[in-house]
Amino acid sequence: MATTTTAEPTRRDFLYIATGSVAVVGAAAAAWPLIDQMNPSSAVLALASIEVDLTPIQVGQSVTVKFRGHPLFVRRRTPKEIAAAAAVPLSDLPDQLARNDNLPDDAPATAANREIKAEWLIVSGVCTHLGCTPTAFEGDYGGWLCHCHGSMYDTAGRIRKGPAPQNLAIPAYSFLSDSRIKVG
Amino acid sequence: MSGPSTYVPQTDLTRWLDSRLPILRLAHDTVWTFPTPRNLNAFGAILTFCLGVQIVTGIVLAMHYVPNAGLAFDSVENIMRDVNYGWLLRYVHSNGASMFFLAVYVHMFRGLYYGSYKAPREVLWILGVIIYLLMVVTAFMGYVLPWGQMSFWAATVITNLFTSLDQVIPHLGSVIATWLWGDFAVGDATLNRFFSLHYLLPFVIAAVVGLHIWALHVPGNNNPLGIDVKGPQDSLPFHPYYTAKDAFYVGLFAILFAVLVFYAPEFVGNPDNNIPANPLVTPTDIVPEWYLLPFYAMLRSVPQKLIGVLVLVGSLLTLAFIPWLDWSPVRSNRFRPLMKQLFWVFVVDCIVLGYCGSQSVDAVRFGMPMVVVARVATAYYFAFFWLIMPIVGLIETPKPLPDSIAKSVLGTSAAPAE
Repeated sequence: MATTTTAEPTRRDFLYIATGSVAVVGAAAAAWPLIDQMNPSSAVLALASIEVDLTPIQVGQSVTVKFRGHPLFVRRRTPKEIAAAAAVPLSDLPDQLARNDNLPDDAPATAANREIKAEWLIVSGVCTHLGCTPTAFEGDYGGWLCHCHGSMYDTAGRIRKGPAPQNLAIPAYSFLSDSRIKVG
Repeated sequence: MSGPSTYVPQTDLTRWLDSRLPILRLAHDTVWTFPTPRNLNAFGAILTFCLGVQIVTGIVLAMHYVPNAGLAFDSVENIMRDVNYGWLLRYVHSNGASMFFLAVYVHMFRGLYYGSYKAPREVLWILGVIIYLLMVVTAFMGYVLPWGQMSFWAATVITNLFTSLDQVIPHLGSVIATWLWGDFAVGDATLNRFFSLHYLLPFVIAAVVGLHIWALHVPGNNNPLGIDVKGPQDSLPFHPYYTAKDAFYVGLFAILFAVLVFYAPEFVGNPDNNIPANPLVTPTDIVPEWYLLPFYAMLRSVPQKLIGVLVLVGSLLTLAFIPWLDWSPVRSNRFRPLMKQLFWVFVVDCIVLGYCGSQSVDAVRFGMPMVVVARVATAYYFAFFWLIMPIVGLIETPKPLPDSIAKSVLGTSAAPAE
């Protein structure tokens, strides 16, 4: 076949582009199931909520329960710990947002915005740095210390020092009674 | 692979095969007559040996291992206690990873010292960096499989590195992490896919090793003098000279390997990994395997999450740019008095970083807070490549280079080889 070079687009150019486009769309469509299969399956997405009985937890005690595969801290704070958290000015906090699923996304990280009842602090046990589980009653602020990379949280679970960028997350929860909460 | 082939088939059968699939010609030209500099200590054979050992023991272990979060730990215990020679196979495989990294680090430092990355070997060097990165990923995924405490938390911490991208585009990092996990935390889905990829990647490594050798055989080997092969008198055929020499070194390497496997099989391991994975409790001191400690130290030395991750990634990617960072026309550090000293400072720097990575974050050793030491060492790591390499290349006066490999090896009076 003779080849000619013309400035005008030819029918052949159109066919090349059309064929190429179909091939790209087809390849993307074929690739998507291979990529998406790695996302959480329906079984994983069927998230459960849990209920936690608060009666055995003493003042000054922190317990860890499993919630959606992650640790969740339920801590019954002493009056001193509550006062310490409330005394911190907002300007001292590296992360100014409450990170509380019970509140709007832009709620400030005041002590009041980190709790429903002051005595009970319910926070995720996943360090916001690289996902380790911090240890309670350690660190400079009496809240938690993450041994992996040294992040320190205060008695409201707010990041105060170290590489973690955010406060410990607070999941949606509610009090079913004075001694029972439902998380999730 | 470069230059005309010298293969002459000797029998009817090999002539018949050669005109259909010249595989014997390829073998003859690459591992038989391939001209190799007279003054070489090849690490290629040791590294090939390591990859072979890992693949063979790995395939056998996969016949007994169960990639399920509920069963993985017990299946490893079953291998250790009940499977015939299971203890041996697993110890060879787990220590084999350490031996592989030991050999590859010596190989990399030698390449750095002798300037083996310089033109025309840039692609060869980059392929080597790719192999190293694949090795890191493969070793990391393999470390997760026994599903002990260290396995689980290593998987958690490393996959959480991606969440630092949340600081660039909100939720991007979390979406990637969830995609990697197949869950909202490291779990059964994560373990399964890591096993699948851990089985796949060694074969990808083998393929890139093929490219690495191909790229090596175009310009030929660099050598400790860093000067080019100028004629037949400078080189020897690969067989029998280097097959014999390499076999001897593989033997020495295997002795060290055996000492580790039979006398100190848990020496490089972490006792915490004999505790089954517990998603609710992080071990107090979480450390990676020794071969990743320097990079871990660099990550931890930065008090900001995203920058820490960028430093970690940057420290690895920097290696790929070395061919264009070293501006000296001389390859080998034997003839570079200043660079030679800074090179050895760099080696010590890497060891210091490794030591810092092995200590807890708030540790004070020898009267110095380790995090400060790690910061200084991290600064030198980057300065070595991005400042020292180009600047020293410009200001340094190298020593005179020898005329030829043959003269240097055989003495100045030596006539060209037979």
